[in-house]
Amino acid sequence: MRQQDFEKKYGEVWLALEQLLARKPFNDDAIELPGLYRQVSHHLSLAKSRRYTFSLVSHLNHLVSECHHKYYQGSTLYRYQFMRFLFIEFPAALRRNKLYVLASLSIFLLPALIMWGLCFINPDMIYTIMEPAQVVEFENMYEPGQEKFGRERSSDTDIAMFGYYIQHNIGIAFQTFAGGLLFGVGAVFYLLFNGLQLGGVAGHIAQVGYGQTFYSFVIGHGAFELTAIVYAGAAGLRIGLALIAPGNFRRFDALRLAAKDAVLIVYGAILMLVIAAFLEAFWSSSSTLTPSIKYAVGALFWLLVIAYSCLMGRGARQHGY
Amino acid sequence: MPEASPHLFDTIHAVEIPEGIDLHADLSGPIPRALAYASDLGIRAVILMIGGIISLLIGKAGMGFWLILSFLLEWWYPVFFEMLRQGQTPGKKFFNLVVVNEDLTPVTWSSSIIRNLLRAVDFLPSFYVAGLVSLTATRRFQRLGDLAAGTIVIQKSLQGRATALPDADTQAPSTAFSAAEQDAIIEFTLRHKSLSQARQEELSNILAPVTHKQGREGVEYLRALGNWFMGAR
Repeated sequence: MRQQDFEKKYGEVWLALEQLLARKPFNDDAIELPGLYRQVSHHLSLAKSRRYTFSLVSHLNHLVSECHHKYYQGSTLYRYQFMRFLFIEFPAALRRNKLYVLASLSIFLLPALIMWGLCFINPDMIYTIMEPAQVVEFENMYEPGQEKFGRERSSDTDIAMFGYYIQHNIGIAFQTFAGGLLFGVGAVFYLLFNGLQLGGVAGHIAQVGYGQTFYSFVIGHGAFELTAIVYAGAAGLRIGLALIAPGNFRRFDALRLAAKDAVLIVYGAILMLVIAAFLEAFWSSSSTLTPSIKYAVGALFWLLVIAYSCLMGRGARQHGY
Repeated sequence: MPEASPHLFDTIHAVEIPEGIDLHADLSGPIPRALAYASDLGIRAVILMIGGIISLLIGKAGMGFWLILSFLLEWWYPVFFEMLRQGQTPGKKFFNLVVVNEDLTPVTWSSSIIRNLLRAVDFLPSFYVAGLVSLTATRRFQRLGDLAAGTIVIQKSLQGRATALPDADTQAPSTAFSAAEQDAIIEFTLRHKSLSQARQEELSNILAPVTHKQGREGVEYLRALGNWFMGAR
C-alpha cells in the first residue's frame, strides 16, 4: 500500500486518537482508547516496515508514546501508603541494610567519642578542628542564664530557627547521602566530620562548665537528628559500595538497584529531621523547662527511636527491589 | 532493550514496549539541558527575591519562612514540577524537554527524588562539571543522578506533520531506485517548504549525473519522482 492510500484509509483513526488524548481533563476510562492504542501501534510498525516517510513514522510514534505514557504510569499515591511506609517499609529498609547502618553508626560515633574524650581531658584540643571564633560562638550559645539556648543571638525567634534547622540540617543529610555516589567517600567524610565536631563541642563545653545546658539542649532533638544523619550516611554508603563492589551486576545496574533501596532510608531520614528541627527550635532551646524534664523526655525520645529502629518491620519481606 | 552498536553514535533512544513495537525518543544533549537549568535557576532566584521581600515585611519570623522557602526551592523545586507537570520543570517546558524513565514511562516519585538529591554530586567540584562529564561520556546523555535513578531527558518533538506534497507533476522514474534512494527522494520532496530554493537546487545538483538536469529543473524533476513514490498518480 502506498503511503497516501495508507494515510487516507487510517487518517480518521489517528485523528480520533489525537482528539481523545487532547481532551481535558483526560478521560482514562474512555472505552475506545485501548482499541485505538493497539490499532495505532500496529500502524506504527507497519509504517516502519514499509519505510513510510519520517514525518508519518514520527507522528505515529508520538501518538503511541502519548498513549504509552497514559497506560504505564508508576503507582500513584494510595490510601494508607504513608502509614505503610512509616510502620513497615522504612524500618524494613533499615533492617535490610543493617550492615550499612552499623558501619555508618561507627564511622560517626567512634570519632565523636574519641574527640569527646580528648577535648574533655584537654579543652584546647577543640582548636585542632575549629577556628577560635567558632569556639567562642559555641560557648556563647550554651552559656547558662540565657533566655534561649543553642543560638548565637537569644533574640532569634523560634520560627526563624526552625527555618534555619530545616534548611541547614536536612541539607547536610542530603549531602551525606549524595556524597555516597563518590564511591562512598563523600558519605564517610560528612559522617567523620560531623562526628568529630559533635564530639569536640560536647567535650569542650562540658569542660568549660556549660555541660548542663548543652546536654539538656541536645538530648531531645538529638534522638532524631543524630540518628537521621547516621541513616542518611548508611544510604550513602549503600550506593557507594554498590559502585565499589557491584557483585553480579554491571556497575550502573548495581547503582540503580542500590539507589532504589537507599532512597527509602532517605525518606525516613527527612521525616526524622523535620521532627528534629521542630523540637530543636521550640523545645530544646527553651530555658523555662528544667534540665530534668528535658533529660527525661529526651531519654524517652531515644528509647522510642531505638525501639522503633530495632523492633519495627521484622515481618516485612527481607529482599530489596 | 535494544542497544545501538557501539560504533554508531545516535541520539535516538529505542525501547520495545509491551505492545511489541519499538518506541523512539530523541535524547536531549547538554546544551538544551544547561539552558533549561539556567532558566529554572532564574525563576528560582526571582521567587526567592519576592519571598525575601515578603519575609522582610513579616519581620523576625519571616526569616524562618524565607529559609524554608530556600530549602524547598533548592531541593524540591525540580521534584515538585517533574511529578505534577509530567516531567517538566518550567525551564524544561520552555525548551521542550521531558524527564522520563529509561523505558519511556512517566518519571516516578522515587526516581525523581533520587535524580534531584544527587544533583549535589553532579554539581561537584563546581558548576556541574561532574554532571557535564557524565552527560557527555554516557550514551544516553545521563548525568550521575540520572544514572542512579534510571531516568533520561528527552526532547519532545514539536514539528507538525509536513505531508503536503508540492504542486508538481508526477512522473515515473526512468531508472530503478533502491528503497533507501526512494526514501531520500521522498524526504527531499516533503521538505519543499522548509528548505530554501537555493539549497534545494544545490542538493538536486548532486544528483545531476543521474537525472541529467540542473538547477530549478532538477528540483522539479525530483519532486515529480517524489510524488510518484508517495503514490500520487
